[in-house]
Amino acid sequence: MSVNSMPCERPVILMPKIINVLLVGVGGQGTILASKVLTHVAIAEGYEVKMSEIHGMAQRGGSVVTQVRMGEGVYSPVIEPGEADFIVAFEQLEAYRWAHFLKKDGVMIVNTQKIVPLTVLIGASTYPENILSDLKERVGRCIGLDGLKLASEAGNAKATNVVLMGVLSQYMDFPEDSWQNALEARIPAKLLELNQKAFAFGVAEAK
Amino acid sequence: MKTLMTGNEAIARGVYEYGVSVAAAYPGTPSTEILENIAKYPEVYSQWSPNEKVAMEVGIGAAIAGARAIVAMKMVGVNVAADPLFTVAYTGTRAGLVLVSADDPGMHSSQNEQDNRLYAAFAKIPLLEPSNSQEAKDMVGLAMDISEAFDTPVMIRITTRIAHSQSLVELKDPQERQVRTFERNPRKYVMLPANGRARRLVVEERMYKLAAYTERVAVNYMELQDLTIGIITSGISYQYVKEALPAASILKLGLTNPLPSGLIKEFAAKVDKLYVVEELEPYMEKEVRLLGINVIGKELFPPYGELSVRMVSEKISGQLGITVAPAFDSPIRPPVMCPGCPHRGMFFTLKQLKLIVSGDIGCYTLGAMAPLEAMDTTICMGASISAGLGMIKAHPEMAENMVAVIGDSTFLHSGITGLMDVVYNGANLTTIILDNSITAMTGHQENPSTGKTLMGQPAPQVDFVALCKALGVKRITEVDPFDLASVKETIKTEVAVPEPSVIIARRPCALIIKNTEKPLQVQDCNGCKMCLKLGCPAISFDQENKTAQVDQAQCTGCGVCINVCKFNALRKAGDLNA
Repeated sequence: MSVNSMPCERPVILMPKIINVLLVGVGGQGTILASKVLTHVAIAEGYEVKMSEIHGMAQRGGSVVTQVRMGEGVYSPVIEPGEADFIVAFEQLEAYRWAHFLKKDGVMIVNTQKIVPLTVLIGASTYPENILSDLKERVGRCIGLDGLKLASEAGNAKATNVVLMGVLSQYMDFPEDSWQNALEARIPAKLLELNQKAFAFGVAEAK
Repeated sequence: MKTLMTGNEAIARGVYEYGVSVAAAYPGTPSTEILENIAKYPEVYSQWSPNEKVAMEVGIGAAIAGARAIVAMKMVGVNVAADPLFTVAYTGTRAGLVLVSADDPGMHSSQNEQDNRLYAAFAKIPLLEPSNSQEAKDMVGLAMDISEAFDTPVMIRITTRIAHSQSLVELKDPQERQVRTFERNPRKYVMLPANGRARRLVVEERMYKLAAYTERVAVNYMELQDLTIGIITSGISYQYVKEALPAASILKLGLTNPLPSGLIKEFAAKVDKLYVVEELEPYMEKEVRLLGINVIGKELFPPYGELSVRMVSEKISGQLGITVAPAFDSPIRPPVMCPGCPHRGMFFTLKQLKLIVSGDIGCYTLGAMAPLEAMDTTICMGASISAGLGMIKAHPEMAENMVAVIGDSTFLHSGITGLMDVVYNGANLTTIILDNSITAMTGHQENPSTGKTLMGQPAPQVDFVALCKALGVKRITEVDPFDLASVKETIKTEVAVPEPSVIIARRPCALIIKNTEKPLQVQDCNGCKMCLKLGCPAISFDQENKTAQVDQAQCTGCGVCINVCKFNALRKAGDLNA
């Protein structure tokens, strides 16, 4: 199953009253910066926002998750299984691990990068082979892309997080300007141009 | 202006806004960012202390001397600080003194799940429980006011979901920072038994006054709606209740020691069915029951782990929510020692030597995980050395077969007294100090071995060799943890010697050095997989070619694996055959 055969249509999504976005990845992949860009947009657009993340030991190469909830009457900072409108997975296996958190008609954006966990490296478990096809079978709207490659083309592999935000921006009902403002506000000036390019690559990938 | 802030950032902002002058802490998840954020306000003096007891005492001293002070720690840190806490509850202070206890329901990053609300009741001090970042900030001000009005330390208890969740906070200008003069008052502050007995009564009088205050304080209030269901709740549980049962009536409690018994009775009388929704211990529920009120609590909700919106909704409505697709079967991805971590070779060697390892708390606790699996006990900060001493007293012959392993920050926190005991009571224990001169696990906080303070000032560095010598250790060896041959020989020698010994393995944390080494290459590998036993995330096995492979993006070129490969297959870039 190749990445390019993943469905990539862009349906018009009516924004629900409360929007739940899960950003999942591996410690060190930049989920936190991505969530800062996203929450900046949401606040600018007048949403009440709650965000939750787990710090500490998990950051040493473990699974990490950042939860962003926005909308009227958001109380809990935590997203529960079956309730994410969007999952942005920075790594395939993490997409797999968190897939059951997605709503029935939710959107999943998967960076196809693989980071093999130590349990697999030492032969104690195996990295699942059919992640993308399994996800496609279960998730109506699953977008796979090589974000790492796009970020490298933009100038730095570390901008993968911003590529993924570019993709996400095309599935959320926020104005383009607002995303651009968020990038300017949240990204250091000397890295801005590179990240704007990475964001544009993500946008183009989604279109 | 409203800003998105974590609970920890909001507490720091509260410290800035409400005239706090002195802040002290020992880092520990989920509390660490409180002091890191306070340090961003140069108006407030802030410091890392070597442990929580010291931090607490720094706060006590500052507050007795007349400055508003705040002390922060994770919940197990309060165990360490409990001694001064229980007595400052008797003395009171001159200016506001607030202890923030960051509890960790669900044990995301902790060795136990204790509910520190019980500490507030035990120590007889007021307890505030914020339920979002705005309240976290506001309650710093309220806690300071209560502390000064009632002459008592105050505890603010947060949980991981408050500490690390972000919500909007209204910022205000800081009030003027005033430090009162110090006034001598030995009868109040010198806790000789005679003075202590007098203060003991003051504690009871104060609780009596607080019992009246808690009935009318603004943070304890009813939200009356549908009266068929009434819920008493506090902290993060309030958020779960609001979302799960938007129509229910709520008694929202912010000041939870002492609990407002009048308000609880009044609320109970208004609603048909009364619940208490709280994480961990039935702290409020027991108090409600003592009032003779029939209430539903822990028969529905577990006394462990975190609650959730769905759990609250399902348990109280009695109806199951949406059905969720099952999770895919995914291999776990536990945290691991980083590529280039100086601890890796040490634990590989300890496993090779089949030694019993009395372990401690830090990144190196990951040495307990596969494939290194070289740790036998981890109890609490500092226990490696003292528990090792106990093992040897139980089985003297174990001395030849065991080591205690402890990091620099943990050694300074509470390992020194253990080592003193090893020397004093004569145990032939070998202690290995893993010295990277930083508190790495919680995110690289400075400590007395770093050479820098929290506020960025240069500071003297503890000399571990001189310190151990002063404690009476005669055999102290320094090793480079990347040189596995020498690490192995040193450990073998020191474990065999019949006297206390210390091995100091010194290397900076791989995450903070500017690495100049090139990644390693693989050549002439026969596929023996020995290097995989290091558990380095940069080394994997290429199933097609049956050779080890090195991830060029992750490898730091530390060369620990070169020590391990008997076939010289792992090489520095310059050592490749043409």
